[in-house]
Amino acid sequence: MTSQDPTNPSPFDAEPRFDSVEELRTALRNVDYLSDEGIAGIVYLADRLGKPILVEGPAGTGKTQLAKSVAEVLGARLIRLQCYEGLDESKALYEWNYKKQLLRIQATKSDTEGQNWDEIEDDIFSDEFLLERPLLEAIRATDPVVLLIDEVDRVEVETEALLLEILSDYQVSIPELGTITARQIPMVFLTSNNTRELSEALKRRCLYLHVDYPDMEREKEIVLTKVPGLTESLADQIARVVRSIRQLELKKAPSVSETIDWARTLVLLGVEQIDAETATGTVNILLKYQSDIQKVVKEFAAEQKSFSRGGILSPEA
Amino acid sequence: MAEASDLAGESLLELLAGFIVELRQAGLPVSLTENLDAMEAVQYIPLGDREAFKYALAATLVKNHSHWRAFETVFEVYFSLRGAEWSLDPDASDFVDPDEDQSQAPEGAGEGQQAQGGSGDSLTPEELAEMLYKSLMHGDQSMMRAMARQSVRRYAGMEPGRPVGGTYYLYRTMRNLNLEGMLERLMEQAQEDSPEPLTPLEERLERDEYENRIDSFKKEIESEIRRRLVADRGVEAMAKTLRKPLPEDIDFMHASRDEMVQLRKALQPLTRRLAIRLARKRKHGRKGALDFRNTVRHSLSYGGVPAEPKFKYPRPSKPEIFVIADISGSVAAFARFTLHLVYAISGQFSRVRSFVFIDGIDEVTRFFEGTDDILDAISRVNSEADVIWVDGHSDYGHAFEVFWERYGQDISSKTTVIILGDARNNYHASQNWVIKEIRNKARHVWWLNPEPKAYWDTGDSIVGEYATYCDGAFECRNLRQLERFVDNLV
Repeated sequence: MTSQDPTNPSPFDAEPRFDSVEELRTALRNVDYLSDEGIAGIVYLADRLGKPILVEGPAGTGKTQLAKSVAEVLGARLIRLQCYEGLDESKALYEWNYKKQLLRIQATKSDTEGQNWDEIEDDIFSDEFLLERPLLEAIRATDPVVLLIDEVDRVEVETEALLLEILSDYQVSIPELGTITARQIPMVFLTSNNTRELSEALKRRCLYLHVDYPDMEREKEIVLTKVPGLTESLADQIARVVRSIRQLELKKAPSVSETIDWARTLVLLGVEQIDAETATGTVNILLKYQSDIQKVVKEFAAEQKSFSRGGILSPEA
Repeated sequence: MAEASDLAGESLLELLAGFIVELRQAGLPVSLTENLDAMEAVQYIPLGDREAFKYALAATLVKNHSHWRAFETVFEVYFSLRGAEWSLDPDASDFVDPDEDQSQAPEGAGEGQQAQGGSGDSLTPEELAEMLYKSLMHGDQSMMRAMARQSVRRYAGMEPGRPVGGTYYLYRTMRNLNLEGMLERLMEQAQEDSPEPLTPLEERLERDEYENRIDSFKKEIESEIRRRLVADRGVEAMAKTLRKPLPEDIDFMHASRDEMVQLRKALQPLTRRLAIRLARKRKHGRKGALDFRNTVRHSLSYGGVPAEPKFKYPRPSKPEIFVIADISGSVAAFARFTLHLVYAISGQFSRVRSFVFIDGIDEVTRFFEGTDDILDAISRVNSEADVIWVDGHSDYGHAFEVFWERYGQDISSKTTVIILGDARNNYHASQNWVIKEIRNKARHVWWLNPEPKAYWDTGDSIVGEYATYCDGAFECRNLRQLERFVDNLV
């Protein structure tokens, strides 16, 4: 709504980056990212609304890759802020170049004895002594950029507050310098593995995108584009086996990247048809927990009757 | 919004407002900003595109994946199921429903909508079943949808104004369709079609595929029934009947099997969060006591003035947790959940000991250690734990007494004791001195009660007698309350 206001400064009225959802989808496909309509649609909306996207979902479903691919499509520079516990202002936003400031003061002292202190102070808190960190860098960039704030759930709740100003107003306030407003609205992606609930304030400022494991058709396509030399029928089998495995109750279900690794392995081994033996022999590429592996091996070798998961078909289930 | 507010826009706005009110009623926290965002977002998408409309609303309004289901239901009721064609009144059905037409000609399957033929009602049940079988065989979505409509029409026996729930109709429809039998038939067919006998793996994959199709068919039936109910009862009334608690509001005591699965999924992140929070507390906690020696040593650089006080590093505490859970019949559903909780906790902390009781008490730590299969652990607890002393009716007093005797000496100042139960003691002696003793030795004693607070201390519930000696007794009926407890804990 605010973007409709004609008196608002220019960054909010920038040209939209994509003409239609379809166009975006094709463009993403051209850089080997197979999106579904929801993913492409939300990226498109985020661009139109000038809002960041909060991407959540299980590990290894291509959350970070989405940001990278969008950057590639736009020909933009990707600025990445990897979050971790203990991340603070000086690592995320900006820092004063303290050593340079010291040098400057000392240089002044030896040159002109008794220079006005105010002048020096103005001087050492100027742009020259400011060290840009990713968030500020993204705001001040003049070339097209995509900002990726990775694994935002790793920072403490208090640190989250650092992001709020930038996410809603695209500006950074530096006490000594004033407020720095964005020259353009960058595309912003935040990813989260959902290890903790993010604060309401943060969520409110973002569009929400949940990326789940792809359905069978899409996974098959992904594998086909990512793994050269894979036959259509093998890809189909791979997707089906992976889907079956995901239906089991496991500690960690196989991610898309693991599916791709598995497909690569099968191609290297020259497998054309997945039988139980190949599946159990290479399943350790898909699964990383011994107990999961044992479970799958057991399931795949078992006799027919024990498969029926039961329940889903009975009317009252 | 100004450009979009032609006549259609006006009514759309109204519809959206109603939609958002219903979302809030269902418990989703939709803020004003998000509301405005949604209104702005729908300008940028083609209104005819229902899918686009849906994700535009979802992206702006739903910020938690566990709320997705609730959102979807409300969306379906508000935006998918409108129009006269869903009317239950048979006289009004002069219009030609293209999908239904298609279902009437088996040959027309999947060939689009040019198929035509007599009335679908003239099919015999056998023919109908045959067509359903075919559509499942080929995984033909539009055909399956048509079959779902036809079966609901035929079997559900829906009449306008009849005051029964959707589940009743669903049951009636499913009973007539015999989908179990359908699955077997499909599997047999798959066996015959393959040149050599199917290996177990192939069979497994085939079965998964068919089960998936049948699942999606079942969903079609459900939404068909809903559609018709909405037409009959109106949007608001229907949305209200369909309102289900969000995962965090599901009552442990009355959770259905489906809900239990949801709960279990939601529980994992919660315990992980608990562990993370405890770990963080350790790292960022207050400094320890004054380190006198260190302070004096540093005072030397200030000419002997202790200008810079030094503190000891806090010793990282390794919390030890004792979980004591009632698994008697009165809290059976809660107990099942409790065991999941115990399992999840023991995955996060190195020193967790768990005990279960009815009128006797037994330690069950060993069942949870070294197993990755929670269901296996639970069934072992149920079959092997020695929890019955006399008659298998809860006796908190006796259980606590035995606990004190056997395990009391293991409680130290590092131990946090969590007791889970409704304290319905069947009028036995409370023996609450045990709790008092435990409290004296342990760091904390918490009591989690799955009963609503209003029922506490009514009938044979004596939670008050125990609570006096606990650090706190909390009502813990759903994940939201459990979360609050976890937040308070550290």
